[in-house]
Amino acid sequence: MEIIDKKELAPGIVQFLVDAPLIAKKAEPGHFIILRHKENGERIPLTIADFDREQGTITLVCQGIGKSTKEINQMKKGDAFLDLLGPLGTPYPINKLGTVICVAGGLGVAPLYPKAKALHQAGNRVLSLIGAQRKEMLIMTEEMAAVSDEVRYSTDDGSFGHHGFVTALLQQALSEEKVSEIVAVGPVPMMAATVKVAKEFNVPIVVSLNALMIDGTGMCGGCRVTVGGKTKFCCVDGPAFDGALVNFEELLLRQRYYHEQEKEACHRCRLEEAGK
Amino acid sequence: MRQQMPKQDPEIRWRNFDEVALGFTVEQAQAEADRCLKCKKPMCVQGCPVEIEIPNFIALLAAGQPEAALAKIKEKNSLPAICGRVCPQENQCEKLCVLGKKGEPIAIGALERYCADWGRKEETEAKSTPQETATKGKVAVVGSGPAGLTAAADLSLMGYKVTLFESLHAPGGVLRYGIPEFRLPKAIVDYEVGNLVKMGVEIKKSCLIGQTLTIDDLFSQDYQAVFIGTGAGLPHFLGIPGENLNSVYSANEFLTRVNLMKAYLFPEYDTPIRIGKRVAVIGAGNVAMDSARTALRLGAEKVIIVYRRSREEMPARLEEIENAEEEGVVFHLLTNPLQLLGDESGNVKTMVCQQMSLGEPDASGRRRPVPILDSEVSFPVDTVVVAIGQGPNPILLKGTAGLNLNKWGYIEVDPETLMTSIPGVFAGGDIVTGAATVIAAMGAGKKAARAIGNYLASKK
Repeated sequence: MEIIDKKELAPGIVQFLVDAPLIAKKAEPGHFIILRHKENGERIPLTIADFDREQGTITLVCQGIGKSTKEINQMKKGDAFLDLLGPLGTPYPINKLGTVICVAGGLGVAPLYPKAKALHQAGNRVLSLIGAQRKEMLIMTEEMAAVSDEVRYSTDDGSFGHHGFVTALLQQALSEEKVSEIVAVGPVPMMAATVKVAKEFNVPIVVSLNALMIDGTGMCGGCRVTVGGKTKFCCVDGPAFDGALVNFEELLLRQRYYHEQEKEACHRCRLEEAGK
Repeated sequence: MRQQMPKQDPEIRWRNFDEVALGFTVEQAQAEADRCLKCKKPMCVQGCPVEIEIPNFIALLAAGQPEAALAKIKEKNSLPAICGRVCPQENQCEKLCVLGKKGEPIAIGALERYCADWGRKEETEAKSTPQETATKGKVAVVGSGPAGLTAAADLSLMGYKVTLFESLHAPGGVLRYGIPEFRLPKAIVDYEVGNLVKMGVEIKKSCLIGQTLTIDDLFSQDYQAVFIGTGAGLPHFLGIPGENLNSVYSANEFLTRVNLMKAYLFPEYDTPIRIGKRVAVIGAGNVAMDSARTALRLGAEKVIIVYRRSREEMPARLEEIENAEEEGVVFHLLTNPLQLLGDESGNVKTMVCQQMSLGEPDASGRRRPVPILDSEVSFPVDTVVVAIGQGPNPILLKGTAGLNLNKWGYIEVDPETLMTSIPGVFAGGDIVTGAATVIAAMGAGKKAARAIGNYLASKK
């Protein structure tokens, strides 16, 4: 659980290399972990962005949004997480399909990377489409390039690649070639928009959902999502689901549920900082 | 006269998380212990799933020897402070007490608690020598709830080196995440689990068997037998429209946020919980009572229990129903939720229900609730907690080839030995029976420990 290495990928986004041999041994693309950084911290779910069974390490990428995640990103090389539970969730199925488009929005690159890597290793042609707000928020570009046959970029402000949303890149790619499957990870509105495009072109799409959760083992039911009209638990049934069947409106509302509390916690956290 | 345990005043306690029942005074314990008839054939013992020699410990207590009384209890039960608080004694030992035939039974649970609390105060455990004679090989216990803790303690006493595997970051299972502080202080759980550690039990937290390690991995790590006590941890929902609206919690989530993650101390603790002014809890078991009383303590103005049957069928302990009522929880019985309606932000606003009447008895022997036509009623609600029971958690079961399950998804075991379809793998508690009580799970843990001992002895 010790942090072996740490690197800032973009403002507020930190990558950790963590000593976790048991988890590394069982990790598959699509798995995630839950960690606590201190006694009164939240249980934070993070996707396993990479794993090395020989070295016994896993890679985690954390964006500082709430109080706990901001504090996690302050942790240093040599520090250790208090608890680390995993691997959790159902692995994402890797098959040889033909051409697969991997679409990432913002931090979504981190959970997408192990899937792209495995799909590439399985002999698929991997076309990666990566979108971010602005150039400096693009992360893991070298890693993605290494496991993709081609990578295209978009930024909301036009500072790098296509000026606009990543969905425009998807539309273009789908009109260019025959695609067997799309894998999309990113913010909920981005995944919803991506699914819309996939449906237009009638291409199957898998999304990876990051619902709020506590235990990550099917016990609390906080991460429930509606998929094909049925309630599923993101932590055990997912996090990967058939995007065409996910009720994104409900998911978006559920994700926003604790925004006020998050603001309060962060505000307090800043007051404490100021008081020091 | 049976002694009445002092409690915190309802007017005060409904807004704090401190323990409600305060325990007997020394005088009360003496007076109550003196009432025991010391029956030659004690019926009470037959009602105890963990076989405590009840008249013997009470006699020692009556003779002014609480330390010896506690030692007598601990011959059979390693968790007396917990059992003394959460066991439904009225349905077990006390139900069979001869004194209960004409008057009131001995308050066995309260006396058990008295002995345990005495021991904790006097720190008798700290003085006892830790066991370091685990010579009989390794046994893995999966799940650190009541069944697992009991199996671990008994196996450890038998001389096995026991490792307890727990998926959460703190041991105790439902004692940790489910039962609230005001009914079972977490310091008590820490203390009794700590005693197991002193006995030599090793606890591996944040380790999910089925994912982090498999049952096969355990055998290849030289564990000679495995006990599965993973409980019934998968929350049931009603399957009614609107159930995924915000502010609709499973009781598991609601209680886990508060008990395990200490959301009631937010923002000192980082995990939040949102509580509305009007809270409806669906269901009428102990978990529902715990949820309703927790909601009051979090600041709700009005808390209602909505239950589709009548008072008679309510599964909660009478004591817990009374506690909830004293604190101001209002019961809407023979009322069945049909749907939940939300506002534009996706937050629940209204609960639509139907009135019921009781018809013929159903398979459970309880009278079946039948809808009354055109009887819809609506309640304004800000928070809804669904407390209608739990099912088996599938993680370990899916990840273990060759483990036979019954048609409800629980583990199938030999009723005598509690051995599963996999040789050397035993199971007990809620993961076998479906959701039941703490003490029933402990009884299963005890039975399994004995069977594991026999199994391993016969293999030599």
